[in-house]
Amino acid sequence: MTVTTADVLPRALLLRLIGLLVLVLAPHALRVPVWESALVAVAIGWRLAHLQRGVPLPGRVIKTLLTIAAFAGVYVTYGRVNGQHPGTALLVLMAALKLLEMRSQRDVRVMVALLYFLVFTHFLFSQEIWTVAWLLVTVVGVTGLLVEVNTRAATGDAAGRAWRQHWRLGGVIVAQALPLMVVLFLLFPRIPGPLWGLPADAGSSRSGVPDSMSPGDIAELILNEAIAFRVRFEGEPPGQRQLYWRGPVFERYDGRRWDAYPQNGPARAPSLQTLGEPVALEMMLESTRGFSLFGLEMSDPAALPAGSRLDENGQLLALRRITERRLLRQQAWPRYRLDARALPRWHRQRTLQLPVNSAPRTRALVQQWRAETPDDAALIQRALAHFRQHPFRYTLRPPRLGPQPVDEFLFTTQAGFCEHYASSFVVMMRAAGLPARVVIGYQGGARSPVGDDWVIRQSDAHAWAEVWLAGEGWRRVDPTAAVSPDRIEQGLRGAFDTARGELPAFLRRDGSTLWAMSRARWDFLNAQWNRWFLAYGPELQQAFLSRLGVRGWTQMLLWLTGLITALLLLVAAWLLWRGRPAPPADAASRSWRRLQRAAARQVDARPGEAPTAWCQRLADRQPHLRAQLDAARTAYQALRYGPESAQTEAQQQQLDRAVRGLIKALRRRRPPPAG
Amino acid sequence: MKAAVSRTVDALEQVILGKPQELRLALACLLAQGHLLIEDVPGVGKTTLALALARVLGLEFQRIQFTADLLPADVLGVSVFESGSNAFRFHPGPIFAQVILADEINRASPKTQSALLEAMEERQVSIEGKTRPLPAPFFVIATQNPLSQLGVFSLPESQLDRFLMCLSMGYPPPAAERALLAQTDRRSLLAELPCVLDAAQVQSLQAGVREVTARPALLDYILALVQATREHAGLRHGVSPRAGLALKRAAQAWAFLMGRPGVLPEDVQAVFPAVMDHRLLPAHAALHAPPSARDLLAAVAIP
Repeated sequence: MTVTTADVLPRALLLRLIGLLVLVLAPHALRVPVWESALVAVAIGWRLAHLQRGVPLPGRVIKTLLTIAAFAGVYVTYGRVNGQHPGTALLVLMAALKLLEMRSQRDVRVMVALLYFLVFTHFLFSQEIWTVAWLLVTVVGVTGLLVEVNTRAATGDAAGRAWRQHWRLGGVIVAQALPLMVVLFLLFPRIPGPLWGLPADAGSSRSGVPDSMSPGDIAELILNEAIAFRVRFEGEPPGQRQLYWRGPVFERYDGRRWDAYPQNGPARAPSLQTLGEPVALEMMLESTRGFSLFGLEMSDPAALPAGSRLDENGQLLALRRITERRLLRQQAWPRYRLDARALPRWHRQRTLQLPVNSAPRTRALVQQWRAETPDDAALIQRALAHFRQHPFRYTLRPPRLGPQPVDEFLFTTQAGFCEHYASSFVVMMRAAGLPARVVIGYQGGARSPVGDDWVIRQSDAHAWAEVWLAGEGWRRVDPTAAVSPDRIEQGLRGAFDTARGELPAFLRRDGSTLWAMSRARWDFLNAQWNRWFLAYGPELQQAFLSRLGVRGWTQMLLWLTGLITALLLLVAAWLLWRGRPAPPADAASRSWRRLQRAAARQVDARPGEAPTAWCQRLADRQPHLRAQLDAARTAYQALRYGPESAQTEAQQQQLDRAVRGLIKALRRRRPPPAG
Repeated sequence: MKAAVSRTVDALEQVILGKPQELRLALACLLAQGHLLIEDVPGVGKTTLALALARVLGLEFQRIQFTADLLPADVLGVSVFESGSNAFRFHPGPIFAQVILADEINRASPKTQSALLEAMEERQVSIEGKTRPLPAPFFVIATQNPLSQLGVFSLPESQLDRFLMCLSMGYPPPAAERALLAQTDRRSLLAELPCVLDAAQVQSLQAGVREVTARPALLDYILALVQATREHAGLRHGVSPRAGLALKRAAQAWAFLMGRPGVLPEDVQAVFPAVMDHRLLPAHAALHAPPSARDLLAAVAIP
C-alpha cells in the first residue's frame, strides 16, 4: 500500500497537539499522584524525542506493559479504576500513552475528541473563574487543531495555511457557540443532585466542621483558610457578637469525644419562641458534602430556605447532601427562646449524662460550687469567672491531654482553644446538674473590603456551649469569650495579640497591603461568579424562569428547543442575506435582472447559465415571446459584452422597451390567441 | 472576412462529417494561434482533420509519426556535410511546415517531446547555435492514444499546459458514419477540397481574433471561473494564469468564428471544456469527486 500525504503527520501539527495536551493536562497535575505526572511526562518526552531525534517509538510489548502499569497504578492508588478520581487519572494516562502510537490523521482526530473530554473532566473538580478561563483558551486551541486536521485532509496538505488562521477560525467557531451556550445555561433543565450521579467517591473530600468533636479537630480547621460561605445581609448586619452560625449540636459524651445522638423516631419541630426583630440574609454556601447549612442563630421555622428543614435542636439542615454551591435566603431571629417551656425527661437525662469515671476533680470542684450557689444563673457566672480568674490562655497549640482531658485542662495545662473551653464548660454544668450541650459551627466572619459581603472561612470554626435554664430554655454560653473576649469581638486575629508565630500565615498579613486588597478583590470577583453562575441550580432556575413566565419542565424544554431553533434560523437568515447577489452596477444588468425576476415563475435562473440558454428555455415555454426575447437578449449582449459604441443609449432604450413588453406579457396569465 | 470564415467551415464539413463542434473548435484553436491536442483512438479522423485544415487554409502540411526511437534531430533537422560545396548544409526537419500532425506524441522519449514542445512555444528552432524561425502561421496538432499505455511517456502536466485545447473526436453520429460508408474514395475527396484561403489571409484572420472585444464584465467571468478551479476541494491545484489567458484567447476566436464583435459568456462556455479539461488535476478522488469542466460551468455564476 502506498502512503499518501494524508497519512503522514506533519511535525508542526504534532508539536501543536503535544503543546495542547500539556496545556489541558497541566491543571490535573495538581490533583493526580506524582507517579502519574511522571508517567505522562515520560510519554510526552518520548514522543518529543522521537520527533526531534528520531528515537524509535516503543514496540507493542512496551506499550502493553505501560498500559498495564497505568491500570495497576491507578488501581493501587485509588482501589478501583472507575469513579471520578480514578477515572480521570486513567483518562489522563491513556491520553498521554496515545501519543506513543499516533501514526495517522485518524489518530489525531481521536486525540482531539479525547482532548475535548479531558477539558470537560476539569469541571468535575473545579468551577472557579480561572478554570473556566483556562478551559475556554484550550477549547479554542483544540477546535483550531480540529480545523487544521480537517483542512489538511480536504486540501491534501497543499494549503499551507498558518496555524494562526486555524486558531482564529477555532475562536470564531467557539464565539459563535456562545449564544447557544447562554440559552443552554439558562434553560437546560438542572438536575437536582450532582451531575449524572457522581460516584460515591465524590464525597470523599468532606470539608468543614466535623460530625463529632474530640480535642484537636477544630484546630485543624482553624489553619484552613478556605471559604466556608459568604453572606450578604439585607439591612444592617447584627454585631459581631451575634454572629453564631449554628451547626451540629452534640449531646453525647464519652469522656473525650462529643457527638450527636442518632435520631430515632420522626423528626420533631423545635419548640421555638422568637423575640425582637428578624434579620434577613442571603448565603452562598460552598459545597461541604454534608447536610448542615450553618444558618445564623436562630433560623425562622416559618421562613425556611428552599430544600431545608430545622431540626429540634435548631440546626438548619439541607434535605439532600450539599454537593454543589448553594445560594439560600435565610431569616434569622437573633433573640429567641428554644425549649423554654420544659425539657422532656429523656432529653434532660441525655444532656446531664457524664461517663462514670470522668473528670473527678472537676466534679468535686463543681459540687462544691453548687453547694455555695444554688442559683443556676449565678453558677454559670461562677464557672465563667473561674476561667477568667485563673491563668487560662487561648492557644492553637495546646499541650497533649491524657486520659482525663477535662481535669488536665482545667487544673494542669490551662491552655487551649474553643473546643477545650466549650467541652470542659459543658462537663462542669452537667456535673452541677444543669442540662448542657456543645454546639459547633462558625463564629463571626470578616466583612469584605470590596463589596458588602461577609466572608466566613473555615478558620472561623468555633465551638460553644448551651445550658438549659428553666423558663429561659437553652442559653448560649461562650466560655471562650470569658478567656479571650477578642476572639469573639475581633475574630480569630484578635485572639492572638502577641506574635507567637502560631497564627496561620494568611491571618498574619496586614489587611492594608496591596496584596490583601487584591486578594479581597479576587474574593469578591469569585463571590460574584458563584452568585451569578455556579449557584444557578434547580431551585434558582425554577425561580428565575417562573418569573419570566416559564413554568415546569415541559415549558422549559419547549422554550429551549424554540430558542435554539430561532437562533439557528437567525444564523441561516443572516447567511442568506450576506450571500444575496449584489445589485448590479450597470443599467443593462439591472434591466436583465428585472426580466429574470419577472420570469422566475416560468424558468428559474441557474447560476452558470448564459442569457442565450436561459432565453431558449423561456422561449420553449412561451413560444410567442421568442422574437421579443431575442431582441432583448441581443440588446443586452451588445450593451454588456459588445464593443463600446455611440449607440449605447439607443440600445439601452431598446432593451428597456423589450423588457417592459416582456414583463407585461409574462404577467398575463394565458398567452394571447394565436394570430 | 466573415464570408471567408463561413466558406472555410463549409468546406471542412464536407470532409469531416458529423463533427461541427470539434471542427469549429479546431479552427478556433488555430485562429487563436494555439496548438491542439487530440486524445482519441486511431481511426476517428484525426489525420483527416489535420490534412483538411491544411488544405482548405492553403497551408503547408507535414506529418511526424512519433516512435520510441525518434530523435530530436529527426524532428528539427540536421546539418549534413556536402562534399560538393565542401560545407555543412542544414536539412530542415519536418517541423518546418505550417500545419504539423505530431502523431502519437506520447510514444517518443521526453527529449524528443520537449524538442517539439519548445519549438511550439518559441515558434523558432535553435540548432547548432543558429536560430531559425518557423514558418507562420504555425499550428501543431498532436495526438495521444489513450488506449495503449504500455511503453509510453505521458506528457507531464506542465507540457499539457502548452496546448491551447484538448479535444476528443469521438465516434461520428450514425447518419454521418453512414454517409462516410457511402462515399467512394476519401483520398480523392481530400484532394478535390478547394483551397479557400492562403497563409497571408490566415494571418490576417488571426489578427482579427485579437481585435474581438472582451469587456470587463466578461473578464470578471473568466476570473470567476479560474478562481473556482483554485477553490474547488476536488482539484489539486487551480489552473495557472496562462490558462486564464488561453481561455480568453480561445473565447475570442470562438466569438470571431461566430461573427460577433464582442465575446459573450456563451463563447467562454463553448470553449471552456476544451481549454480546461486537460488542465484540471484531480485531488484525491477518494475524498472529493473531481469536477468536470461542465460542473464548474454550472456552478459559477455569470457576473
